[in-house]
Amino acid sequence: MKPFLPLLLASLLVVPVSVFAGSDGAARGLAIAQESERRDTGWRDSTVDVTMILQDRRGQTRERMLRLSMLEKPGNAGDKTLTIFDSPPDMAGTLFLSHAVVGNDDNLWLYLPSLKRVKRISSSNKTGAFFGSEFAYEDISAPEIGKFTYNYVGDKPCGRLTCFVVERFPTYRNSGYSKLVTWFDTAEYRPQRIDYVDRSGRALKVLTFSGYKRYAGRYWRPQTLTMQNNKTGRTTILRYGNYAFGRGLSDAYFSQGNLRNIQ
Amino acid sequence: MTRGTWFALIAAFVAGQAGAQTSLSGSIAGELRYFPQSPAFAGQSDEPLQFSTSFEARISHDLENGNNRIVVSPFLRFGGDGRDHVDLREAFWLHQRDGWSLTVGIDKVFWGVTESRHLVNIINQDDALEDIDGEDKLGQPMVSLSFYGDFGALSVYVLPWFREREFLDFGDRLAGPLPIGPATYDSPDARSHVDYALRWSHSVGSVDVGLSYFNGTSREPRMIATGPTLVPHYDQISQAGLDLQLTTGDWLWKLEAIRRNGHGPGFWAATGGFEWTTPGFAGTGADLGLIAEYSHDGRDPTLAPATLYDDDLFLGARLALNDISDTNLLAGALLDRDTDARVFLIEGQRRLGDDWLLSLEGRFFDGATGSDPILAIQNDDFLSISLKRSF
Repeated sequence: MKPFLPLLLASLLVVPVSVFAGSDGAARGLAIAQESERRDTGWRDSTVDVTMILQDRRGQTRERMLRLSMLEKPGNAGDKTLTIFDSPPDMAGTLFLSHAVVGNDDNLWLYLPSLKRVKRISSSNKTGAFFGSEFAYEDISAPEIGKFTYNYVGDKPCGRLTCFVVERFPTYRNSGYSKLVTWFDTAEYRPQRIDYVDRSGRALKVLTFSGYKRYAGRYWRPQTLTMQNNKTGRTTILRYGNYAFGRGLSDAYFSQGNLRNIQ
Repeated sequence: MTRGTWFALIAAFVAGQAGAQTSLSGSIAGELRYFPQSPAFAGQSDEPLQFSTSFEARISHDLENGNNRIVVSPFLRFGGDGRDHVDLREAFWLHQRDGWSLTVGIDKVFWGVTESRHLVNIINQDDALEDIDGEDKLGQPMVSLSFYGDFGALSVYVLPWFREREFLDFGDRLAGPLPIGPATYDSPDARSHVDYALRWSHSVGSVDVGLSYFNGTSREPRMIATGPTLVPHYDQISQAGLDLQLTTGDWLWKLEAIRRNGHGPGFWAATGGFEWTTPGFAGTGADLGLIAEYSHDGRDPTLAPATLYDDDLFLGARLALNDISDTNLLAGALLDRDTDARVFLIEGQRRLGDDWLLSLEGRFFDGATGSDPILAIQNDDFLSISLKRSF
């Protein structure tokens, strides 16, 4: 059972961010990111089905089916994520395991079912594409607070909402970006849009979040993520369905030794 | 009862169980191999083209939401000069709980980190009819118990039945100059000798480490010339293994080392090197990886199975285009530092649509003299192209 009462109490205690924010942009930016994370704390574990649609510049598309499991870790421990590929059929059973690490490279493993081989891969290749998509490895890594420094730019309209616009500067090495301009809506502190700016200052990609729904009375989750790459002209769309929370997944489930038993 | 009734009954049984789920996947493939050179030995087929088809399926049935699972994976290849064979890659029952699992039946196990040689990987016999690279394996009967948690993963294996290596028939390309006789064994129990193995692996920060031990029948046979034939002889061995990977920045540093007893005097062997990847190579979305690995093997070639990797350097490059078709290409060379023996390889893949995979594979041998193991296949360079439909 989910502890609904504590969650309700916690949500009553939400204090406007301006109370915390200092006068300078760095403190306010950090406070917004912290508030966004605080509101999304306590889900413990979650699973979701994903359809990944890859679209090239000629409009040709390919669909891949994935299942994601996530384990929330408190504070700076770093969340764990497991991705199961169900299609294309020759990739079915391929697994991607990620242990986020604050202040260092994430630990990533690939499981290749044809050889039953677990392969540790480098996460310094952060700019590398995640399975042919427009998402780089660093884009899908858990956005732990300690991985960035912040600068609050101002409030801007975003669709029907108003957004806090916060620049996030990666503190980890080998990022492909100089900054990520992240738009959080002022109503619920949900990320609505991220502008990825490459190291030479050019706008490289735009990620938009849409169709937010609330789960377990508290956790906002998008139904669609759209990543547009200005440089390649390609687009990747992620459609989410069947969100589930609090399934009781353990650390052992997210360990390398368990990979061969997952399907 | 007719076959149809049986299926209906099984389907009803399967559908009737709570938390039960059955999945079926697999593939069918056609492969064309081209041998550009004439065969080296009298009696070998001089047909330059070989066509074969292969079929693979995996049927998995989960009970109690996966706490119990039954998996059956048959494989078969037919056609293609002596490569016809059938194998059960998997046929096991898995019982899993949080932090531990038990497997009973036929399964595959992979240990190790290096790319050019799989030194510590010892549980399964090579499927030598599929390829000469030692990556295709025959299913191994086993009982294995694994625990995983904060201490890493610990596995114990009892291996009650031995799988003999299968050889191409005399006269087939890649078969060598002599017919292969029936196998002989050190152990009076022959194929029913019970082997066992242990492995612990862990990951701490940027280091992945594995320690393993095996005691039993060597998967590698010693080929003994007996009259006009070669007789595969399987010795009793013990082998301790270490595999280590350091993942730092764009570099993967890798080492595998073994100590083996039972093949003549005890000896050490090791493979170590690096893989360096540069993402977004040359301003494209492609990743380029460079691999360099050195292998040393201290075995006495007159008392132990012959090896290609006595004192050899592997250099390779891997290109992944990260395009919609997942196009990738690997090219490499294994260079013997003592002789002029060289093996070149090329492997490429590209997906066509969602369900078809086009693969290209080439192996080229050169410069072998004297006792180089590749001397026997030096004229059997080949290039193959295959098309696989997965479902």
